[in-house]
Amino acid sequence: MVALQEAKIEVERRGRGKPLLLLQGEDAYEATLPLLDTLAKRYEVIMPWPPGFGRSTLPESVRNIDDVSYIYLDLLDKYDLKNVTVLGFSLGGWIAAEMATKSCTRLSRLVLVDALGVKFGGKFDRDIEDIYFHGFDKVKALKFSDPARDPRVLTELSDTEALSVARHREVTAKLCWQPYFHNPSLKYRLGRIDVPTLVIWGANDGFVKPAYGRAYARRIRGARFNTIPKAGHLPHVEQPEAFLRALQGFLR
Amino acid sequence: MECYHFTEFPWPHLPPEDQYTSMRVNLPSRVYDPRIGADLYNMYLDQHMVADELGLHCMVNEHHQTATCLNPAAPLSLAILARQTKKARLCILGNPAANLLDPIRCAEEMAMIDNISYGRLECGFVRGVPYELFASNANPTETSERLWESVELIIKAWTSHDGPFNYEGKWLHKRQVNVWPRPYQQPYPRVWMTGGSDLDHATRAVQAGFTFAMFLTPADKLAEMFNGVRDNCRKARLPAPADDQFAFMPLVFTGETEEEARKGIEQVFWYVTHNKAEAQFRAPPGYVQTHLYANFLTGKFSGGRTDAIRRQGMEYFRDNHVAIYGTPDQVYEQIASLYRRSGGFGHFIAMQHSGSMDFRTTVKSMTLFAKEVMPRLKDLGTKSDGFGPLAERAKGKKVAAGAKARPAAQAAE
Repeated sequence: MVALQEAKIEVERRGRGKPLLLLQGEDAYEATLPLLDTLAKRYEVIMPWPPGFGRSTLPESVRNIDDVSYIYLDLLDKYDLKNVTVLGFSLGGWIAAEMATKSCTRLSRLVLVDALGVKFGGKFDRDIEDIYFHGFDKVKALKFSDPARDPRVLTELSDTEALSVARHREVTAKLCWQPYFHNPSLKYRLGRIDVPTLVIWGANDGFVKPAYGRAYARRIRGARFNTIPKAGHLPHVEQPEAFLRALQGFLR
Repeated sequence: MECYHFTEFPWPHLPPEDQYTSMRVNLPSRVYDPRIGADLYNMYLDQHMVADELGLHCMVNEHHQTATCLNPAAPLSLAILARQTKKARLCILGNPAANLLDPIRCAEEMAMIDNISYGRLECGFVRGVPYELFASNANPTETSERLWESVELIIKAWTSHDGPFNYEGKWLHKRQVNVWPRPYQQPYPRVWMTGGSDLDHATRAVQAGFTFAMFLTPADKLAEMFNGVRDNCRKARLPAPADDQFAFMPLVFTGETEEEARKGIEQVFWYVTHNKAEAQFRAPPGYVQTHLYANFLTGKFSGGRTDAIRRQGMEYFRDNHVAIYGTPDQVYEQIASLYRRSGGFGHFIAMQHSGSMDFRTTVKSMTLFAKEVMPRLKDLGTKSDGFGPLAERAKGKKVAAGAKARPAAQAAE
C-alpha cells in the first residue's frame, strides 16, 4: 500500500526490466491474466489498483478520473520511475491518456487498448454505449466478440468475488456516470502527448467502436492504430496471442 | 390521524405485456394517446377536488418516463390544487431533491404553492426510485447525500430573510441565494421524507423534525422501522417524536360489502401487478448497498419491494396491512390494528385508485372511507408540540423518559 495524496493505493510489482505501468480496466480482469506473467519476464510490471478497487481506498478527494491520473503521476514520482511504458485498458486507457496529457516527463511509450475518456461525436451521438441501460447479457455481447470467451460468469461468482465486482462497478459509476465515461477537455489535450503511442482496438468492440479508436489515434501525434480481429472490448482476453504480437511489435 | 387521498395518475392502456420489456424508462410515448390522457389528467385532479369536499387531504407524487405515473411534474398538479381546493392539506411526496439540478427553483415553487393555498403545503423530498436515475442522469452512488444537501439548501433559502447568502456545497453552488416569496407557513412548511429499510436515514429525517413516510410496507417491517427510529431518538436522549412524524401508505378500498371491497381492491392492485421493468433499471450500481448489489449481480436478489410483495397472495397483503379493504368497520379495524402493530403513525395516505378504475367507483370508495371510517380515526395518534429539529425542541424541555403517552392508542384497542 502506497500513500498518495489522501488515498492509500495497492500496488503490485512483478518482474525485472524497464518499468511498465499497467492500468487495469473497469472490469479488473488483468490482475489474473497470464499476460501479467508474460510481461513480467521482460519488464518490471507495476500495477496499481485504482482508488476504491482492490484494497485501495477511495477518499472524498477523488471525484473523477482527472483526480486518479494525478495520483498515478505521484506514484511515478514516488518510485522515481523513468522511461516508463504505460499500458492502459479501457478505463485504464483513459487514465493513461490523462496522465500523458499532463506530463510525459517520466514516460517513454504509451499503449491505449480500447480506451475510454473522450467524446468525438455530436450531442445526439452515443459515442460510448450505455452499459447501465442494458441487461448483463447485452453488455457482455457488446464487450465480447464471442460472449462465451468472457472468463467471468456472474452467477458463478463466490460471495467475496461478487462483492469485489460490485464494489468495482460502484466506484466506476461514481467516477464515470457524468460526463459519461469521458472528460470533455481531454480531446483538446491529446495533442500534448509527445511519446510514441500505439492504439489497439478489438475489431468487434460494441462498447466503443473501432471508429472511435481511430479518432483517438488521429488526435495523438504519430500514433499507430492496430485492430485485433475476432475480439471485442477486451482483445487481450479474447485474442491474447494476437494482442501480445501487436504489443511486442510496438515495444521492441 | 390525518387521512390523504392518493392516485399515481396511471396510464392504464398498455399493450399486451409480452409486447414491451418495461413500463418504466424505455416504454415509447407512442403508447400514450393524448386524446384519452387529457381526460385522465382532469379525472385525477377531480378525484382530489372530491377529496377536498369530503374532508380528505391530497397527496401527489411524481415519476418520469413511465406509464405508472403521468405526473412528471408534481408541483404543477399541486399548484392547480392549491388554487382549486379549499381545505385539504396538500402533500407532495415528493420533490426528487436528489436529482434536481436546481433545488432553489423547487424552494420557489413550494413557497408559491404554500402562499396560494394559504399555508396548506406538506412538503416532501425524496431520493427517488432507481428508475429515476435514467431520466435524471443523476449519479446513483451520490443520491443519498445529494438529497440532504438539496434539502439543507432549500430550508436555508426558506428561512433566510435578510438578503442573499452564499452556498458552495459538494454539488450545489449558489453565490447569491435570496428566495422570493418566503413560505406562508412560518418558519417553513412541514417537511416529509420517504424511506425504505435504511434506519439511519429514517432516524436522521425524524430527528431533523421531518415526517417520515413509508409506502406499501408489511406491518412487521413498518414496526421495525418506526420503533427503530423511536429507539434511536431515546438513545440520543432526544424528545420522543409524536405519531405525526410518521406516515404510511397502503392500498385502500372501502365497500358497502366485503365482496364489493374485494373487487375494488383488485383494481387498485393494478399498481402492484403492473410493474414490469427490466432488472437493471431497478439496480444501477451504487443505488443499493454493496452487498445487495453483489447479490443482484449473481442473480440472488431481483430487487424491488413491489416485486417481492407481488409474489405473495392477496391474503398476505391484507394480513400485513399492505392492502386495507372491506366494509367501513373492517377498514377501521385494520387501520387500528396497523396503528398498534406499527408503533403508531399520524398520517394515513390511502391509495384509493389505480389502473383503469373508473371515477364513480373511486369516488364511492373515497366517500365511504371519508364518511364512515375517517371520523373514527380522528383522535388516533399523538401530535407534535414543537417544530424543527428534535434537538432544538429539547432545549428547555425535559428529555424523553422513554415511554410515550399514547392515550389515543389505548382508545383504539
